[in-house]
Amino acid sequence: MPSLPDMMTPDAEGLARQAGQGGAHAPAADADQDAFVEFLLRMGDNALILGHRNSEWCGHGPVLEEDIAMSNIALDLIGQTALWLGLAGEVEGKGRSADDLAYLRDAWDFRNLLLVERPNGDFGATLMRQFLFDAFHFLQLRALTGSADPRVAEIAQKALKEVSYHLERSAEQVIALGDGTAESHARMQAALDDQWGYAQEMFASDATDVTMAAAGIAPDPASLRKPWDDTVDAVLAQATLKRPESSFAHKGGKQGTHTEHLGYILAEMQFLQRAYPGASW
Amino acid sequence: MSSEWPLWEVFIRGQHGLNHRHVGSLHAPDADMAIKHARDVYTRRNEGVSIWVVKSVDIAASSPSEKGPLFEPSNDKVYRHPTFYDIPDEVGHM
Repeated sequence: MPSLPDMMTPDAEGLARQAGQGGAHAPAADADQDAFVEFLLRMGDNALILGHRNSEWCGHGPVLEEDIAMSNIALDLIGQTALWLGLAGEVEGKGRSADDLAYLRDAWDFRNLLLVERPNGDFGATLMRQFLFDAFHFLQLRALTGSADPRVAEIAQKALKEVSYHLERSAEQVIALGDGTAESHARMQAALDDQWGYAQEMFASDATDVTMAAAGIAPDPASLRKPWDDTVDAVLAQATLKRPESSFAHKGGKQGTHTEHLGYILAEMQFLQRAYPGASW
Repeated sequence: MSSEWPLWEVFIRGQHGLNHRHVGSLHAPDADMAIKHARDVYTRRNEGVSIWVVKSVDIAASSPSEKGPLFEPSNDKVYRHPTFYDIPDEVGHM
């Protein structure tokens, strides 16, 4: 994996090359560097926290087949976390590993969306959350395969294969349960209404997003809104579910302002490293 | 109608295999989900390149009680095995 140019050593050739490109495709300036780390933490934290939430179903799924499928998705996401946070540590340049970032940051340092930290609810609610996120995650990763940073493009390419399956699966489940029995339909509609406001945070761009988009590293999330609407509307129509009309967005997760739920997740996830620093097996 | 999902038999063609082999069974609401479940349950360690599923009720099986008439007659027909020929060395492995 290529590493970032060393900022401390003047590299005339490298600088000239960057100047020639207008600097648009290299996270050269410090501000860009900070935004880049921030962006990578968002990618990694979304995968980490949703992966952790999904792993809570392990051994508790309604049927064995769904239990294993959910655990597989959790493992895919944790694997992606290792790649994103590993790169975040590398770009940050302070010697922090993916494990350090996952296990030794506190809630306000996490950059995941509020949607992924919310409690699982019933299995239908977990699947609805998965679908709303998958539809976004898929579009985001697909755009990231064309990132100006080759390391980002590489991770996105690997993750996109996994997430394509996640989306296919969760979309089918939402349709099956939405268009199922009166009971399953009512539960899926309630889950959709409940999570809708949290899903809107996915498209709320901030300064970090704008900087990343300008550098050609990542798509502006606002630009994913239209294709997400198309996917979600098509699936909801087949699922006979009604799209909520409200456009209110619960925001803050991406900037580190979380719901009370994240603290409980971290308490469970980080306990061992906090109680026995450096423990490994 | 039973509230249980129907049972499916799963056949997987492995990385180096030419044939699909029976690997087990699972429950699923339809064929599409059965393939997805099979993918999740039976190919987690990169076992397969192709999956077949078939409803267990659609499999016709020989009856264990007919084992005698079905299989025993071939027991003493050793001449049905091609072991009575001398194979020239030049042929190599057949």
